Amino acid sequence: MRLDEQTRADFPVLERVVNGHPLVYLDSAASSQKPRVVIEAMSRYYERSHANVHRSIHTLGEEATELYEAARDRVQRFIGAGAREEVVLTRGTTDGINLVADAVGHTLAPGDEILITEMEHHSNIIPWQMAARGRGAVVRAVPVVGDGVLDLEAFERLLGPRTRVLALTHVSNVLGTVNPVADLCRRARRAGALSLVDGAQAAPHMPLDMSAMECDFYVFSGHKVLGPTGIGVLWGRREILERLEPTRGGGEMIKEVWIDRARWNDLPWRFEPGTPPIAEAVGLTAAIEYLEKLGMDRVREHEGRLAREAAAALAAIPGVTVYGPRPPADRAAVVSFTVAGLHPHDVAALLDAEGIAVRAGHHCAMPLMRRLGVVGTSRASFSVFNSQDDVARLASAVAALGSAL
Amino acid sequence: MRAAAAVYSDVIRARWRRPGFRGELPGANAVAEDVNPLCGDRVRMTLAVEGGRVRAARFVGDSCAICTASADVLAEMVEGRSTAEAAALGARDVLDVLQADIRPTRMGCVTLPLAVLAAALDGR
Repeated sequence: MRLDEQTRADFPVLERVVNGHPLVYLDSAASSQKPRVVIEAMSRYYERSHANVHRSIHTLGEEATELYEAARDRVQRFIGAGAREEVVLTRGTTDGINLVADAVGHTLAPGDEILITEMEHHSNIIPWQMAARGRGAVVRAVPVVGDGVLDLEAFERLLGPRTRVLALTHVSNVLGTVNPVADLCRRARRAGALSLVDGAQAAPHMPLDMSAMECDFYVFSGHKVLGPTGIGVLWGRREILERLEPTRGGGEMIKEVWIDRARWNDLPWRFEPGTPPIAEAVGLTAAIEYLEKLGMDRVREHEGRLAREAAAALAAIPGVTVYGPRPPADRAAVVSFTVAGLHPHDVAALLDAEGIAVRAGHHCAMPLMRRLGVVGTSRASFSVFNSQDDVARLASAVAALGSAL
Repeated sequence: MRAAAAVYSDVIRARWRRPGFRGELPGANAVAEDVNPLCGDRVRMTLAVEGGRVRAARFVGDSCAICTASADVLAEMVEGRSTAEAAALGARDVLDVLQADIRPTRMGCVTLPLAVLAAALDGR
């Protein structure tokens, strides 16, 4: 059975009719829809077990703590992390990057360099600019070349003894490019730099194995892996996390507190001050279990095929330009395109009138838009429930756009 | 695409296809430019102000149909008005001309040219 046939009924939102048409949701790269098991797990938690975690010595408190910590174990297995101490639960990808950039930022000295790429989401640019600012450190970027891949020769030139951090995306949220992150992170380590991989677009789409990733930090969001908003994952190599000074304080992240000083808690709680997103952790567990049951290899194969078919169908329409790597290069679950004579936002609005939800604009990647020479693009992205029928509806609606405005 | 009519009024479509006030004004003495952070749209307005009145106005921009139509309407409306009258124009005035039901998510497309106009008048 195809993945969409198997999963479609699991997503209540797909019963919606939008502007008189059955919803075709092609915006999972912005935020995925939620299977019923996730919604029900969170409701059940709030209805039966909610209390604060870690400090409440009563039945509900213990249940909540168990559920919260079970999410950490589930994430650990999902991403092939060596130890649960390496899994920090955050508020999302952006939060995870900020956490690392803040902490690493304190160690930066004048002349230090942070190497990013031109295809980064703003959330993997701005925190590094902030970390560099006022410390005399510099942010540099690996250019994007060809049909949307990193310039690996430039990478070699830019990676040097002054590089302290390499921060790059695993999968481009605009181009669908899958970067050779393990190789690049290995080279960064040899050059003495830390590396952070933004996995926001990869985690929903492909199997992950931190033991083979070669990076020091890997971050992703719950709401893009069929889970709830407000929770994310920061995986960090234990010996690196141990050295990192926490930059956010509060309850839970300490062992002992005096008026003028404190002793930090163990990993991973050292980086989790305050009451964490408990219900969201429960939802994340359910989402990961759901994905694991489907099998991430199948997910990758299904979404990748839809993206390739969509790219081909759109490229065949006169006036449509499709961005990103062409076959046989790997393309993840996103397809960006522009329609001659139409602004991306108008394309999205016209498609919405047909019940088709796509994203439009700069996709929080303005430097990449400049490189592509466009103000923005429209983007279709795919999840487990999307079908070839969805691709066909998108293509026929886009083909009819020419005369729309 | 029948639903297009519901999304975009005739006024918006006509002004998107053939904006009457697109261009750079030679000798402009009030100029401003800004972007819509949500979508990256960019609008630049150039005004010629003489004796407290807007003699001429033009706009250029990388912008969607709604934003382009709004800028076009606004440039037309300010011509001949005093700077005070021009500065007092608001989204309602533009929407009355556009005759479109703009959703909240697209209101920024309508108001970006207004913000740019205000900056141009302010900067003088």
